Amino acid sequence: MNQGRSCLAVVPSYNEAATVGRVVRDLQQHRPDVDVLVVDDGSTDQTSEVASLAGATVVRLPYNIGIGGAVQTGFVYALEHGYDRMVQVDGDGQHDPKQLAVLEDAMAADPSLDMVCGSRFLSNDLRYPAPISRRTGIHIFAFLLSRIVRQAVSDPTSGFRLYNRRAIALFARDYPHDYPEVEAVLMLHHHRLKMREVPVRMFTRGGGRSSIGSGKSAYYMIKVLLALFVGLARRRPVVEAGEPAPVAAPHSL
Amino acid sequence: MENRIQLVAIIAAGVLLFGVLELVRQRKLLERYALGWMCAAVLLLILAIWNGALTSIANLVGIATPSNALFFVAVGAIILLLLHFSVAVSRLQDQTKILAQRLALVEERMKPLESAAPATTDEEQPLATIRR
Repeated sequence: MNQGRSCLAVVPSYNEAATVGRVVRDLQQHRPDVDVLVVDDGSTDQTSEVASLAGATVVRLPYNIGIGGAVQTGFVYALEHGYDRMVQVDGDGQHDPKQLAVLEDAMAADPSLDMVCGSRFLSNDLRYPAPISRRTGIHIFAFLLSRIVRQAVSDPTSGFRLYNRRAIALFARDYPHDYPEVEAVLMLHHHRLKMREVPVRMFTRGGGRSSIGSGKSAYYMIKVLLALFVGLARRRPVVEAGEPAPVAAPHSL
Repeated sequence: MENRIQLVAIIAAGVLLFGVLELVRQRKLLERYALGWMCAAVLLLILAIWNGALTSIANLVGIATPSNALFFVAVGAIILLLLHFSVAVSRLQDQTKILAQRLALVEERMKPLESAAPATTDEEQPLATIRR
């Protein structure tokens, strides 16, 4: 058990053998104080082996359960092992471990923040190189979310996020399925947890393929939009302590 | 007569759509499985309201009464949904099988660890104090 003041980096990976080793080594080199956990989401390549060799703790899921379930595995691990902070870093090398300090500084500056999110679109020095379809989707989500949570959200799909214990506990209990980052912002809002975005630089993908192909993008968009709007109609969108479990057996037929 | 079946169809499709949304709201139905039902409900709603489309479908397939075309489309939608859920159930069965295998393998791996550890169980402590 870790007794306080510790940080866990969670790297969800699905068939990222080409890049996950470098991500783990970069993290350890720049931040030796941070423990690294790779959640292998049922990869069919050497992701687990590469991550283990690089020195990460590896949790290997028996089959592919999707990005939401993989990241939630990280939240549960962080909660059970008593970490104070958790940072989510993509396994494809998009996120720069050196920029973790930017997220931490923001959280240290305002201790009331429960989540700090790295945004590609806040810094003025770069145009994020992404396909136009993906960027349009991100901006639609950003527009809708900003109005719903009444706070400017520029990059709701960014997976480069730092969480404190309250956010870890919330998401260990309940975390969305597909495109979870968008719905997670809504969940934080409903639970009156605070988030802030800070500008970070991101790299283009180092290798492998995105979990969301262009053909599936439209389908995911519709699904997340449905989740967002139905989420609005929920008075309490997720369970509080003492409420029925999110997955509960029916009491009758 | 035509009007009455049209009204019933509109109400039925509307209730279906509302019921699906309510189930998603209560977190009893995942968005993944709700989308198919919602597509079917919206399709039926459109056909129930828009008589022209229904009549042209009836003419195309060779159905004399347009209201029967509505049943035809509804049955088609149901068959597609059932097939979709059969695929989903098959995937779940595959996943359960893998889980059961992993669990059995983990239990087998645990056995030597358990017998190797000295048996100092919590149940023996109170007994010892009573004896003394």
